[in-house]
Amino acid sequence: MMPDLGKYAASVLSAYAVSVVLLAGLIGWVWLRSRQTRQALDEAEARARNET
Amino acid sequence: MSIWEYANPKKFLITTDRLVPPLVVMSALTIAVGVIWGFFFTPDDFRQGSTVKIMYLHVPAAMMAINAWVMMLVASLIWLIRRHHVSALAARAAAPAGLIFTLIALATGAIWGQPMWGTWWAWDPRLTSFLILCLFYLGYIAMWSAVDNPDTAADLTGVLCLVGSVFALLSRYAVNFWNQGLHQGASLSVAPGERMAMAFKLPLYVSMVGFALFFLALVLIATRTEIRARRLRVLTQREQMR
Repeated sequence: MMPDLGKYAASVLSAYAVSVVLLAGLIGWVWLRSRQTRQALDEAEARARNET
Repeated sequence: MSIWEYANPKKFLITTDRLVPPLVVMSALTIAVGVIWGFFFTPDDFRQGSTVKIMYLHVPAAMMAINAWVMMLVASLIWLIRRHHVSALAARAAAPAGLIFTLIALATGAIWGQPMWGTWWAWDPRLTSFLILCLFYLGYIAMWSAVDNPDTAADLTGVLCLVGSVFALLSRYAVNFWNQGLHQGASLSVAPGERMAMAFKLPLYVSMVGFALFFLALVLIATRTEIRARRLRVLTQREQMR
């Protein structure tokens, strides 16, 4: 299944590895920040509702 | 119905709530098809050997690095002219994705360049303008974080975006009017004489569409986060004033 990358195998695989790591980091950061912000906003809105 | 209706944060949140899940699925599938097709099912190039497979990441990432800045430019102009907060927040939300695409383009380009050009880096017009674009992304993100007042931050980053657009355009067209660089011309062109074989071109197109959808999905999710963060800031300030 794995194609024969010949003498450039290290270059090709490292290019894909770097890209996957960077994209995964971006997705993780966006997801984490989205979750944390939503949670903090829900709590702040609940506090605001209780005070009124 | 007018596009300006989406400048209302509530309307934007309701609409994108329905839009984001299918967009995420479509972008994941399209990138998977494009990259798997390119990596596993395309032949080696007669000159580049298997390094041609790097193209399925490098070209879409470079394309989106520039397009992300163009999107930020349009959003910043809308903010500067019409003062719609959602557009300023969308520009802010796009910057981290643009930075990552720029880093992928620079890294994969260097990894490809070492065996093909015999060097990781050259002060070539396209490479240099891409490096400057990367620094503009970093400066743009830093400026948003450095200024406390969000409206002032949006104004200042909007102006920075206008200035950086020179390098975004330069990085796209540098190869056309500077001939002394190492970087080859555009990978895809409508000009006569363009010779990329279909076996390489089709997966590349799929991968490019996938990266564009992925960017769109990320920007929508991150803009929703920025809208919520803005509302959270307002509520926190109200709490502190009591």
